Order: sequence, then structure tokens, then C-alpha cells
Amino acid sequence: MTNEEKKQLQIAACKVRMGVVEGVHAAKAGHPGGSLSAADMFAYLYFKELNIDPADPKNPDRDRFVLSKGHTAPGLYAALANRGFFPVEDLKTLRQIGSYLQGHPNMNTVPGVDMSTGSLGQGISAACGMALAAKHMGKTCRVYTLLGDGEIEEGEVWEALMFAHHYKLDNLWVIIDNNGLQIDGPTKVVMDSGSIPDKLRAFGFEVAEIDGHDFDQMEAAFARARETKGVPFAIVMKTTKGKGVSYMENQVGWHGKAPNDGEYEQAMGELRAQLVELEAE
Amino acid sequence: MADVKKIATRESYGNALKELGAAHDDVIVFDADLSNATKTNTFQKAYPDRHFNCGIAEGNMMAVAAGVASMGLVPFASSFAMFAAGRAFEQVRNSIGYPHLNVKIGATHGGISVGEDGASHQCCEDFALMRSIPGMVVMSPADDVETRAMVKAAYEYKGPVYMRFSRFGMDAVHDPDNYTFEIGKGEVLREGTDVAIIANGLLVPEAVKAGQTLAEEGISAMVIDMATVKPLDEELVLRAAKTCGKIVTAEEHSIIGGLGEAVCAVIAESGIPCKVKRVGVNDEFGHSGPAAALLKQFGLSAEHIAETVKHLTAFSAD
Repeated sequence: MTNEEKKQLQIAACKVRMGVVEGVHAAKAGHPGGSLSAADMFAYLYFKELNIDPADPKNPDRDRFVLSKGHTAPGLYAALANRGFFPVEDLKTLRQIGSYLQGHPNMNTVPGVDMSTGSLGQGISAACGMALAAKHMGKTCRVYTLLGDGEIEEGEVWEALMFAHHYKLDNLWVIIDNNGLQIDGPTKVVMDSGSIPDKLRAFGFEVAEIDGHDFDQMEAAFARARETKGVPFAIVMKTTKGKGVSYMENQVGWHGKAPNDGEYEQAMGELRAQLVELEAE
Repeated sequence: MADVKKIATRESYGNALKELGAAHDDVIVFDADLSNATKTNTFQKAYPDRHFNCGIAEGNMMAVAAGVASMGLVPFASSFAMFAAGRAFEQVRNSIGYPHLNVKIGATHGGISVGEDGASHQCCEDFALMRSIPGMVVMSPADDVETRAMVKAAYEYKGPVYMRFSRFGMDAVHDPDNYTFEIGKGEVLREGTDVAIIANGLLVPEAVKAGQTLAEEGISAMVIDMATVKPLDEELVLRAAKTCGKIVTAEEHSIIGGLGEAVCAVIAESGIPCKVKRVGVNDEFGHSGPAAALLKQFGLSAEHIAETVKHLTAFSAD
């Protein structure tokens, strides 16, 4: 990846973060923490990785992305808006009556959303179905799904992982946002899932462990995924919940809380400063 | 009619899937380790590359089917009613119902006639659960002819459909030579003026028998096969209410939340004076036993329907 390319991704990620803060602040509700931890991955997927076209969001041969951790819709919406699927200005309508930007993703109202999600554990199953159907139909598109590390406490996730391995879904790429925090506290305290990579390997996955804020590592992981045949691929990314907004970083309280006006100004100030710095480089 | 086979509707479902598979390449079938019982193995034998076993994981199966439907294929997902509507309720609600995806749920082993397996497997709540999901079509056929037509209609319809089939075979009521099926339309099997019996599933042949018995006793009973519980054929319900003023519903389901309550709601809101009695499983669990004996014991029989009608008629005459 060239430095210029990386800078563009960093700019995109910063704009995703600003969109998250804008949306959640306007809604006075939503989930900033996990949206921000995954913001770099959202940017990488929508600005580099996915074969998609904002002008043709229903193209049958596009790659699919399923946000299994559907509560981080603000991050997905911000990525889609900045990628041109709908106006960035609309992010401020998040969660409002009459808005197409529902609290959790709705595939029938939001351009670019491939599956309605929100109830944890179900998105990865739907992604398995998409990958199975793609293979059955002879399509070369890929299916990407992003899960939270709290979400994997749902038993259905493991049903889906078994299914993916059993049907050799090497066109399914599972990404786990390992930010270590869930609503009630640290995942290790609420429900310790032990080594996520080891568990995924035990389920037959090829696994890449990366820093979820490092685009070079993402690029290397997806390159490995492309070379992996016959088994599904997983990326476990270590991230910082609330990444990019100083007072939200690693704070469990920011899982599902909106910033007040003062906090909003501070967050946007920090992100604007990051953006100015990136664009000046 | 004499040569119409008495086969369980689950058997008919398997055969219907196979017929559908021959006509349409986009039909995909999922099962959760019950293919021999749900009879999707009939499809599997014919089209092994389009039958996918999900293992004992019904929740995953339903959301997998949702993903498959989003790609443009037409998945039929099967398990026992208890697990399809019960265990996987939330996947059906959120991954199929909410996005209104084109998934067909073929649930077999509905009701008390599951028999020996007992209460844990006797699902008498599936109509109630599935009816409560916005946009979900809920149906249950009476016999082989109706099942095959229903499965085809479900394929042609774009949107989520729940179909409940039986383990136990009953007498056929439909003539294969002149039968048409339409989702949301009830079928008058017998005209009558004193009382209307509105039934579905296994209770349809029982309702027909009750109608005959009552006729011999001078009571003119209209008999309706209401295979579609949702959307309910309200027009036909109201016609029956106006004509007869008395209705007995009959279903192999809890009297809570099923066909009976759906009929009651339509009548209550119409303002048409009409008395209703519900024949179904009362607010209790089932238990083990042979299906035929259980159906009798729980009052899911022609005799009990006829008794209920007579009680209603006598009560009304007071």
C-alpha cells in the first residue's frame, strides 16, 4: 500500500468517525464505542476492499457485507454515506422518526445495506447463507461479516461457524472486532471467551490476528484470505473501543451512550484536528 | 374420491418439494437433521446438490435461509413445528419476517398428533407465534391434494410463508381432479345454514364427518376448510357468521392464538351477532400416546365437534 493510499484511508476512517459522532449526537442515542473501534475496518472495506458500486447498490454480483454486530450501524452508515451511497448530511437523521437510517440496519431502507441485522448472532448465519448461495450460483463474489467479541457469546455464532466450515465456505470472511468490552463490562469479566483465534482454528477456520487500526495488517490479512481455499477465513482484530475520541477510548460506558453537546464539540474538535493534520501531510 | 390416498401431509410435502425441484432450479431445501421425518429426504434423493443439512441448529438454519433468499434463490427450511416456530422464532422474526425475505418454512409434526414423543414435541403454539409476525403467511393443509397445491402456491408467492404439516395421516377430503388453491381463500366444503364449522389441518376431515352426522340429525352445518390462518379469509368468515349466526372453529392448536381466536376477532369487530365456540387444545400441554387416541382424548374429533355444535345450538335456542 502506498503512503498516499494509506493517507486516503486514514482520512476516510476519520470521516467515518465524524459521521458516527454526528449521528449518535443528533439521535441522542446509539452505539459510538463499537462503531469507532471498527471505523478503520469500515473505511478499509468500503474504500478499498469491497467490490461495490454506490451507483448500483443492488448489483447481483457485488460483494456482500453483513454487519452482524448491527448496533454499530452508525459506523456502517457513515462509511456508506462517505462512499456515496447516500448524502452524508442524512447521518444526522439517525434513529429519528421517518428516517431510513434505523437504529439497526434495515436492508429494505438503506442503500448499500445487504442484510437487516441487530439481533446478535444472526448476521453471521445470513452471511453463511449468502456465501453458500453464491457458490451454488457460481458467483465469484465474496461475503464479509463483522462481529463483536461480545456477540460471539451467542450460541448461534458457533452454529454458523460449524456450518461455514462444513460447507467449505472459502468465500466467507469473518471479521471479529476484539475491543474487549461489552455493555456490562470487560468481556473477560462478563463472559470470558478465552482465546478467540484458538476457538476459530478449532472450528476449522484459517485465522489472521491483526491490529484493527493498522491498514497494512488489514491488507496482508485480506491477501492471505484470497489465497486460502477450501476453508473459511477469519480476521480477529484487536481494537480500542471508542478509538479516535479521547474520552471514549477503552471506556465501557461509551458502548451505547450519546455525547451531550459539550462532549460532542470536544469529540468533533479532536476529529477535525486529526483530519486537518492528515490533509496537510 | 374413493382412490384418494390417505397419507400424512409431511409425506405430501416431501413429494411436492420434489415436484417443485423438477420445475424450478432456484428451489433450495434446508433441514436440521430431520430429513427422514420431515420428508425433505424425498427432495434430497432427487436433487442432492440442492439439499443442505444444517445439523441440529434450527436458529442458524433460518438465518442461513434468509441469506440464501437475499441472493435470489427460494429456500424451503424444514424442521418440526416446535423447533421451526418455537426454537427459531426470533430468527424467523428478525432475519426472515422483518426484512420480508422470500423464505418458505415447511414445519412438520405440528400439533398433538405427533403422538408418542409427547409434550416436548407437540407444538400447539405455532400458529400463534407465526401469526404475530408482520407479513407472515400462515397455512396448514388438510390432505395430500391441498398440500401439493399449497406448496406450489407458496413458491409462486413472494415473501415469507409458514406451512404446518402433520405426522399423522388422515382421510382425504379433496378431489384431485378439480381442485384449485389460493392463499388467503377458505373453501366451503359443504353449504349449511344452522352453524358453520371452520377448520384446518387434521380437523378438516373431522369437520366434514361432523357435518354429515349433524345433517342426519337435522342440523344444517356449513363446513369450511380454512387452510390459510393468515391472511384470514375475513369475507368468508363474515358470510358464515351472517348465514348461520353460530360458528364452531376446529384446529389442532391451542385455543389461544390460533384459527379460533382469529375468527373470533373478525366477528367481534364486525358487529355481526354470532356465537362462537373453539375446538382445539385447551390451555394445557399434551402427553405421550398413539396419535389417534390422543386426538380423541383431546377432543379433536368429529364427535366432539358435533357435540360442541349441538351444545351451541341448544344454548342459542334457550
